[in-house]
Amino acid sequence: MKQITVTVNGQAHSAEVEPRLLLVHLIRENLNMTGTHIGCDTSSCGACTILLNGKSVKSCTILAVQANGKSISTVEGLCAPGAPLNNLQEGFKENHGLHCGFCTPGIMMRATELLEMNPNPTEDEIRWGISGNLCRCTGYNNIVKAIQYASAKNRGVEPASTEPQFV
Amino acid sequence: MIAADFNYEAPATLDEAIALLQKYGDEAKILSGGHSLIPMMKLRFASPEHIIDINNIPGLSDIGIDGQTLKIGALTREAEVEHSAVLKEHFPIFGDVTKLIADPQVRNMGTIGGNLAHGDAANDHPAVMIALNASVVATGPEGVRSIPIDEFFLGFYMTALQPDEILTEIQIPMPAAGTGSAYHKLERKVGDYATAGVAVQLTLDGNGVCTYAGIGLTNVNPLPLRAERSEAALLGKTLTDEVIAEAAKYASEDCSPSADLRGDEEYKRAMVAVLVKRMIHKAAGRAVA
Ligand SMILES: Cc1cc2nc3c(=O)[nH]c(=O)nc-3n(C[C@H](O)[C@H](O)[C@H](O)COP(=O)(O)OP(=O)(O)OC[C@H]3O[C@@H](n4cnc5c(N)ncnc54)[C@H](O)[C@@H]3O)c2cc1C
Ligand code: FES
Ligand code: FES
Repeated sequence: MKQITVTVNGQAHSAEVEPRLLLVHLIRENLNMTGTHIGCDTSSCGACTILLNGKSVKSCTILAVQANGKSISTVEGLCAPGAPLNNLQEGFKENHGLHCGFCTPGIMMRATELLEMNPNPTEDEIRWGISGNLCRCTGYNNIVKAIQYASAKNRGVEPASTEPQFV
Repeated sequence: MIAADFNYEAPATLDEAIALLQKYGDEAKILSGGHSLIPMMKLRFASPEHIIDINNIPGLSDIGIDGQTLKIGALTREAEVEHSAVLKEHFPIFGDVTKLIADPQVRNMGTIGGNLAHGDAANDHPAVMIALNASVVATGPEGVRSIPIDEFFLGFYMTALQPDEILTEIQIPMPAAGTGSAYHKLERKVGDYATAGVAVQLTLDGNGVCTYAGIGLTNVNPLPLRAERSEAALLGKTLTDEVIAEAAKYASEDCSPSADLRGDEEYKRAMVAVLVKRMIHKAAGRAVA
């Protein structure tokens, strides 16, 4: 067993873990934060995406011991319970960026880093940027719009209309 | 999926890491990005008894030019390779290849050293290193040695690294004036391994005569393959359509692809020829620009 300390959404947690414990299981089972999902369990779908020291990574392919001493952000940290949604969350709500919602926490964490690195991405950059996340429901168009909405709002620009476009 | 149990150590220096490797021998595996190793451990294709995590060792992830040599630390993440200003200026091929390796999250973890040390002809960096004529620096109990890339890959998941050696750096000769490089792989979807991949680096003199040609092939041979006859076909020639077509034909003949879900052998050979042509044109265009 190994003693580790991680900071999750600003709060320090210590735990004694087996080295083979995956980070996603530490988050979901030891810390009871179930917003981070397990989809494929084989590094392909991105449902388990979190930020590790600010970088988006797949927590099903990282050992909990590798996160020792590091800071983690999960979907639960995007806004405090009861507080207004952050711009990305609002973008998903306004643009119907989710249907079943299973992929959404991972995509929002990935998009958080994407907008951090590239505050005003093109549509192509957004599509490449979320290419490590699979969504079985939406067809991605509304996810792209949700990220564009957040990008605009982050930059103080009025987001494009969220009225459905029929073409 | 949970890996078999193992002992985990995260030494803070290279010396400590090498001492641990000496102590545990074959039972130990180095952990860099973990994005080849951990999936294999979860599937129980690998069950190492000891994991030596080298991520706490400082100084293994620098990119810089030292005289006539580009040096890339083994722990440099794919995302750092992708966004490096030095690499963008001198080696556009790294922009091509990193964009096609896995996806953004995997690139935040996976390292260039791990990509080579894994010894998998499906990985994309081996072919690039062949085209660029790289050397791999290994650090072990006896010190540091440099391994030419052509002597590095020995078999499926087998490299010239000894169990007590750590790949610490990749060294690449700085290109002469008039050099261009390019990489492309055909993939079914993001994150897939190549149906076929081709890396090319060319140097053209003032008259357009080819004075250096490096061509590496991804995932169409048991080992990462240097397309030697294709290189020879370009050297000393101006790159006419006939010359390029000959080089493409040699590469498609000399590789040895196996049929799988990505395509049958004939299709893969055809794709090698197409990609060799395209990458020669792209590298030559960059050489002139
Ligand atoms: C979903 C997914 C898609 C992928 N797609 C691609 C792709 O398209 N193209 C591609 O090229 N790769 C792809 N990969 C593999 C990825 O690039 C890996 O990160 C890479 O192959 C291994 O690098 P690593 O740092 O993660 O190594 P690790 O997984 O940590 O190690 C791999 C092996 O190398 C050994 N090793 C690692 N570092 C050293 C060292 N410094 N010295 C000696 N031995 C060492 C380890 O012991 C282990 O045996 C993909 C991976 C995933 C999960
Ligand atoms: S659960 Fe981690 S990538 Fe799918
Ligand atoms: S909303 Fe259902 S998987 Fe994306």
